[in-house]
Parts: sequence; C-alpha cells; structure tokens
Amino acid sequence: MSTPPEPTAPAKLAAPAEPLLEVKDLRIVYDSPRGPVEACSGVNLTVRPGEFVGIVGESGCGKSTLLFGIAQLHSAPARIAGGEVLFQGRDLVTLPRKELNDLRWRELAVVMQSAMNALNPVRTIGDQFKDAILAHEKWPEERIRERSAEVLSLVAIDAVHLESYPHQLSGGMRQRAMIAMALLFTPDLIVMDEPTSALDVVAQRSLMVQIKELQQQLGFAVVFVTHDMSLVSHFSDRLLVMYAGQVVEFGPTRAVFDTPSHPYSKSLLDAFPSIRGPKVPLTGIPGDPPNLADPPAGCRFNPRCPVVKDRCRTEVPELYTVASSDAVSPVLSRCLVHHPAEPLGVPLAADVNIPIVPEVQSS
Amino acid sequence: MKFASLVQNRKALIGLILFALTCLVALFPGVFTSDHTPDVIGVYAPNLTPSGAHLLGTTSYGQDIYSQLVYGTRQVLLIALAAGAFATVLSVLIGITAAYMGGIVDETLSLITNVVLILPTFPLMIILARYSGTSNWVMITVLVATGWSYGANQMRAQALSLRNRDFLEAARVRGERRAYIILCEMMPTMTSLIVANFLGSALYSVLAASGLQFIGLGNTSSDSWGTMLYWAHSQEALQAGNAMWIIAPGLAIAVLSAAFALMNYAFDEIGNPALRPVRRKDLRRAAKAARGDQNAEKGAGDVYAS
Amino acid sequence: MTPLLETKDLSRHFKVGSKLFSHRLLHAVDDVNLTINEHEIVALVGESGSGKSTMARLLAQVYKPTTGEIRFQGKDVAQLRGRKDQLKYRSDVPMVFQDPFASLNPVYKVSHGIKRGLKLHRPELDAAGRHEELLRVVTAVGLNPPEEIIERYPYELSGGQRQRIGFAQALAYRPKLILADEPVSMLDVSIRIGLLNVMAKLRDEEGVSILYITHDIASARYVSDRVMVMYGGHVVESGPTETVLADPQHPYTQLLLSAVPDPRAPLEITSEAAKAEPPAVIDPAPGCRFRARCPIAVDQCMHVTPLLQPLDPDHKAACHVTAPASAGAAAV
Repeated sequence: MSTPPEPTAPAKLAAPAEPLLEVKDLRIVYDSPRGPVEACSGVNLTVRPGEFVGIVGESGCGKSTLLFGIAQLHSAPARIAGGEVLFQGRDLVTLPRKELNDLRWRELAVVMQSAMNALNPVRTIGDQFKDAILAHEKWPEERIRERSAEVLSLVAIDAVHLESYPHQLSGGMRQRAMIAMALLFTPDLIVMDEPTSALDVVAQRSLMVQIKELQQQLGFAVVFVTHDMSLVSHFSDRLLVMYAGQVVEFGPTRAVFDTPSHPYSKSLLDAFPSIRGPKVPLTGIPGDPPNLADPPAGCRFNPRCPVVKDRCRTEVPELYTVASSDAVSPVLSRCLVHHPAEPLGVPLAADVNIPIVPEVQSS
Repeated sequence: MKFASLVQNRKALIGLILFALTCLVALFPGVFTSDHTPDVIGVYAPNLTPSGAHLLGTTSYGQDIYSQLVYGTRQVLLIALAAGAFATVLSVLIGITAAYMGGIVDETLSLITNVVLILPTFPLMIILARYSGTSNWVMITVLVATGWSYGANQMRAQALSLRNRDFLEAARVRGERRAYIILCEMMPTMTSLIVANFLGSALYSVLAASGLQFIGLGNTSSDSWGTMLYWAHSQEALQAGNAMWIIAPGLAIAVLSAAFALMNYAFDEIGNPALRPVRRKDLRRAAKAARGDQNAEKGAGDVYAS
Repeated sequence: MTPLLETKDLSRHFKVGSKLFSHRLLHAVDDVNLTINEHEIVALVGESGSGKSTMARLLAQVYKPTTGEIRFQGKDVAQLRGRKDQLKYRSDVPMVFQDPFASLNPVYKVSHGIKRGLKLHRPELDAAGRHEELLRVVTAVGLNPPEEIIERYPYELSGGQRQRIGFAQALAYRPKLILADEPVSMLDVSIRIGLLNVMAKLRDEEGVSILYITHDIASARYVSDRVMVMYGGHVVESGPTETVLADPQHPYTQLLLSAVPDPRAPLEITSEAAKAEPPAVIDPAPGCRFRARCPIAVDQCMHVTPLLQPLDPDHKAACHVTAPASAGAAAV
C-alpha cells in the first residue's frame, strides 16, 4: 500500500543538530551480595532530534539496563554509579523527582517489551489512556476521549477498542496500543525495549513500518533496543552495538552493516542465515557472553574473538574513531584494530562486505 | 542453598531460635527446672509472687507456675507438630490430585474442600471435641479435620499453575507414569509452599488447641499451657491477684506461635524471590553512592516497576 | 521406500466457549498430509495460530486426532495399545520444547531427565552403560566437558546450553524422529546457529530425522531439506526447501518471505496483507482461509477450499490461482 519509508538521510549533508539525548560515560551497577556488578560500563550515546537509534546486543549485554537507566526507571539493586544522561540539556540523573515526572510521557515515553505485562488486564484500553493523561494534565473528559481516539487512529486501531480489554486484542494490536499510549503527548523521544519480540514475523515487519511512518509524520526520536540486528537494519539511522556492558561499535547503520568495524559486529551479522543468495554454513559466535562480575582482562570480547591477538588479552581498548569513516558521522569502534597510534594489524574479516543487492537474487 | 537463606533472614532466624529453644524444653524439661512433678497440689504456698525460688510464682493450688510451663511444653509442641504434619499431608494430597487429575475428580475434591472451608471451625471443633472425648489424639484429629482445607486450596492453585510447565509435559512425553510425575516432578518444586503450609498449620494448631483446652474441652488433668489457662480462669486468678498464672501460659503460647510465623517468612521469601525485601541499608548505601543530595531524596524508598 | 512418518487427512478440533452448551469448534489442524523420510529435516513453517504446535502435539500423542491417521514406519499409531508399545513410540519419536527456561525441572540436576529417559527406554543398559550413554549424548550436542555439565543445575546453564540438553535428552532414546517445537525461538539470534548446526549434525551423524517447527523461514532454509508452510490449519505449500524458497507459489509463502528482515536485501513493499492478522479458525466455511488477506484472490477462493496440487514432482501448493486443480491445463 505505501512505499517503504526511506531512513532519514544520514547527517552527511548537514551539520548535526543539537543532540536531543546525550548519554555521557554512564555507569550502572547492580549491588549483589557478592559485591557490585557493573552492567553498563561507561556508555556514550547521542540521539539527534527525529533520529532512530538502534541498540543491539545479546542477552545480558546490558542493553535493557541501559534503557532503564536512561529513562530513570531502574530500581534497587541497580543504581547509577556515574555519568550523565542529558535530555534536552538537563541531566536526568540529578533531576529532582517532580521535574522528572513533568518530563515523563510529555517529552520522554517508554514502550515496554511485552504489552500483555505492561497493560492492566482488568481495565479497558480507554481507561488506561485516561490514567496516563490525567497523570500529567487535567483535561476534560471530552478532550481525553478525543485524543485517545486520535492516537489509536494513528496506529490504525478503530476507536471502538477504547472499550476493549487487553485480552480482547491480538498481540500485534496490543503492541500498537502501547505505542499509541506513548504518543499521547507527542513526546520528543520514545524509548522501546524489544517491542516486537513477542510478535510473529509478519506482524513484526508491519509494526516496524508503522513506527517508522509515525516517526516521519510526527518527528519524534526513537531509541530501539533489540537482540535482532536485522530487524533494525532498514529502519535505524545509527546503530549501537553493545557487548558485556560496553559500547563496541556505534555509527550510521549502513556503515556498520556494510563494513563492520568490530569483530563482534561482524560475527553478529554473520550469525543470520539468509533466505537469498547461496546457502553457506555459518558458525555463530562460539562460547557465551562473559560473567559481568568477573569480565575478561583486556578486551572483553577476546575469549570469543575470531581474530584475537595476544595484545588483546592485556590491553584495554577504548572507543576509537574509525579513521576510514565519514568525518561528520563517524563510526566508533572498541577494537585495537582502530587504535590511532598503534593499530592492530589484522584484517577484520576474510570476506568483509555484505553489500545491498539491487534486486532479489534467486539461488 | 535453602538453609543459607533461612539463616540470613533475620526474622526467620529469630523464629528458628525460639523454636529450637521450645524443642529443647520439651525434650529435656528436667534440665530446666528442679520440680519434676509440677502437677502435685499443695507443695508450695499458694499465690506467691515471682521470686528467686519461684520464677513465675505459684498457682492457687500451690504449684510452681514455671515448672508447669516447662513440663507443659511437650504436649503443646506435640499437638502442634502432629496436627500440622497431618493437616499438611492431607492438603497436599487432595490439592495436588485435584489439580493434576482435573475434570470430575477436581470438581468433587474442590467441592469437598470448599464446603469444609466455609464451615465455622470453632463451633465445629467444640462439637466434635465434646462428643469424642478429651484425649490428645482426638484433639489432633479434630484439628486436622477442620484445618486441612485452606492449605488444600493453596496447593491446588500452585499445582494448577505448574501443570502446564514444559518440564512436566516433557515428563509426560517421556512416558512417565502419572503418580511419578505428581510425586517426583511436581511436588519437589513445591517444597517451599509445603513447608510454609506446615508452619501455618502448626501455628493454627497451637492456637486452636489452647483455645479448646481453655474452655475445658481438652484433658483438664494433663499438663499443657491451655490447661493452665483453664485452671487459672476457673480459679479466678486475676481477682486473686495472681496475674502471672494467666500471663505466663498466654505469653508462652504467643511466643511459640510467633516462632512459627517468623519461620514462615523465610519460606515465603525462599519460594518467591519477589517478596525479598530490598533492605533499608542497601537503599541508603545506594542513595549515598549516587551523586548529590537530590539523588538521596529520590533513591530511598522509591519503588519503580522494573 | 516407506516414509518414516506419514499423516493422512489429520485433523484436530477443539471446543471453544462454555463447555456445556457450546458447539463451536476451533479447527486447529485440518486435513494435513505430512510425510517425513529417514535422514531428513523437514521444516514446518507458520505463524501463531497456523496449527504447527498442535501438529507437534498430535505427533507426540499429547492430543488424539479428531479425524485422520498417523502412520509411523507403516503402522497406525492409534493401534498402539499397551504400555510397552506406547513407550516404544515415545522413544522413537521424542519431543524437544521451546522454552529453555521451563523445560528442565529446576530442582534436579540437568542430567535428571536424560537419566530417567535412559531408565525408561533403554532397559538393555546397566548402570555403567547408562552413564556412558549419558556422557555420549551430552558430548554429541556440543557441551563440554560432559562430566562437569551433568553435575550442574538448570539455573547454572545459559539458554542455549539448556536447549542442547533438551536435544541430548531426545538423543538418549536413540530416536528415529525428533519433534523440535520452535527449539530456537527463545534464544538470541547469535546462539541459534549453534543449535541449528547441532540439528544438522544429528541428521548426518546420528541418522535421526527431525521435524523442525518454526515461524522463522530463514532458519528453516538454513537447516531443512524440505519445507511445509501452514496457514490457518492447512498446509498451503510444500516441497524441497530450495525449490519452494526460490519460486514460492502460494501468496502466503511470498508474504512470509517478504517479511523476513534481511539486511542484505532492500526493504520490500509492504502490502495490505501484512497489516492483517492470521485468523482463529472457528467453524470455518469452505473456501481458502487466506482469502481475506490475499492480493490475488478470485471468486473461486471464496467458495472452494483449494487442495494441494503438484506443480513439480515434489513441489505442491494449494492455491486456485497459481496451482489450479486441473494441473497441466491452462491457468485460470
């Protein structure tokens, strides 16, 4: 019905706008009986207005913790141990409760992973929308109803469902209702924690397209957390890859997909069986993600890295700017290969490029 | 693993210590008092106030209250543990069978459970005790008969929620017999609930048995805290100025009940990690570690959905 | 060569609504003819509500068929009476479950299920033999070192490792056919490949056939020899995997393929079909069940249920438009 939305053009062509969200050196720690465990170690992230940023990683890499930390939804035993979360210039970490509540839903909204868990099963959708609205504004009944119907129509749900209970809607519809709820005050930023993971592949695709269309229509920025890299490949402007609580790669999506600058990103990409092109045997990533209470010395990926060298086991890599990437929208990578002074002389992969094919190939 | 949690939980630890103490007294009453025949009347002067010779004073019959308390422990504990155990066994059997078999078996067992549940227990106990006599075993039977139904509902609910878990289906698909699945696959995952159930039943039994004895439906010549209350009441101890005769057994009953209740907390928390409290000191530490005073105000005591 | 497992017009209906008065029937599976040969992996692909999980449970004898029959090694499974025959079937056709976090009993070590399975189904082994077999199957699914792994509890293993234990449990029976009900859906994408490789290895080295049930057609392509696509309780297309994926005939197969996120391909145009949801098939009228979402539906689709028609020797599709009944005649 509609042509697929193009991802917003990367900011190659214009100077980057003032960032909407800037996460600086965020450290989130879980206090466990055995001592503190660092779930997020010095994460840096920027999101520009209207941008779609994907955060990708395996289970346990800290991506959900990061999201909760950004939205200030974490609870004991998790705590923010350092860093800043600057939203529209204000640091959310130190913001007083009252001001944080004012921000919530109006400027910053959250869509959870499982709508069935996030929606109250004994109240109608309309009542829940009303609750969300009344928490922030004292609107009259009429205006509440009007706005609720309006957001539902944005996600292609008939307004009659305001009277429905969550269990009466299908999985895809529930998820779209959650997104509608996030749109009630047209926030500037919506953070989403794997909103499509409970859906089938066709519903997933349809939801992603919907989110992208809404984004283009209403201009909000999206931070989208998922373990499925290919899902965001067509929708995100920039992609952040996390491993063991750290950012290992961050840059424009196409750059990350076409020329991954970190062995982990490359391995992740290679772990996807393709339905087009020749059938190739894949190996996935051997081993398991590390125990964050006791991460490996040196580069945290070194036990599983296909191109590991001795230096990787002792030297701790920083987030370097990849020299060959675009100056305005650079790619950052936490691999010694990109060390500015002494780069590790290793070709990142034997068969690097995975270019976009102009038309579908048959095998 | 489980016992470590029992010890770490402060409430449960207190309960455990109290319970252990009570057991010791029940097993070796002779160690705790020199008067080994506390029932004998007229040994000491009546209604003495507490002193060095008589820690809790004497009854109006000239019996040492403290020794009576010590020797009465055994019976109370025996009734509590026996009634608790049998009631638990009954609730587990009925509840789990109803849940696993489903269908007409479930309907029937649930009907029986619910009818027994809504019967007024105390009047029923009184009637049963009145007609069945006063021995300890009769009392235990009466307590079990009126006390199993609440636990049965709990067991059934838990078993129902487990019934469709994959590991049970895996056992079915493996070809295991039904009895094996119930006893060896399902029940072991419910141990925390079963133990909690037992503690609850024991608690109920302490209070109910003492209540029955207090109104004279127990064996009034036996040694028990409830019986002490019965005699104290019939001798109008309060008017006679001998408050300790009432307070001592009453307090003992309360302490034993509290011991069971406190131990129950640990099993609730072991079974359901969501109930584990975020300890005050962790919150304070977290708040202090986070930057700024404003954080301290935000961190402590806030409950966010996580 | 007789197929290892065959179903003929297999159907399973469930009553919905209030138990006493309702006559409404949910047609979870309708008239399915499935064939699985030795040494092959057959993928059963479909979304939720397609009937694929019900198929797994029918084949595992968790449900009894409403109509139709299942033949295993030529013999009708419904004729299996007696505990011995039933046990034999269960050891020949074991099942692997979807949820790695719920499929192992948390109070026992991970070797518990395997040991029980060996006791029940391999009576010829003594205690030493069982232990040896235990170590063998744990190694065969890629868990090392086996002596250490078998002493662990489920909470000490990752999701991927638990699923491997699930396969080890099945392997311990020396099965002919493993029913794998969405074994990788709950694992991270990067872990899935490892499990899929284990499945291929089981087919090649242990000579086991696998029915791989999934909603992910890309993983189906990676590991399976033949594929069957289900929608609304019917099989809508089947054939050798490469043939079906290279040239899908049924509009639903085409929709599934277009919806698969593939970073290597440009984003394909979403159609109206993508917006709708699969139906719950309750008391269905005759006609194609995909007609409400089909971009090429014609009048016949509303009234006549299409049957699987052979296009190639092996490739079948159930569509009036692309695979009309009078095979060989001109297209409608």
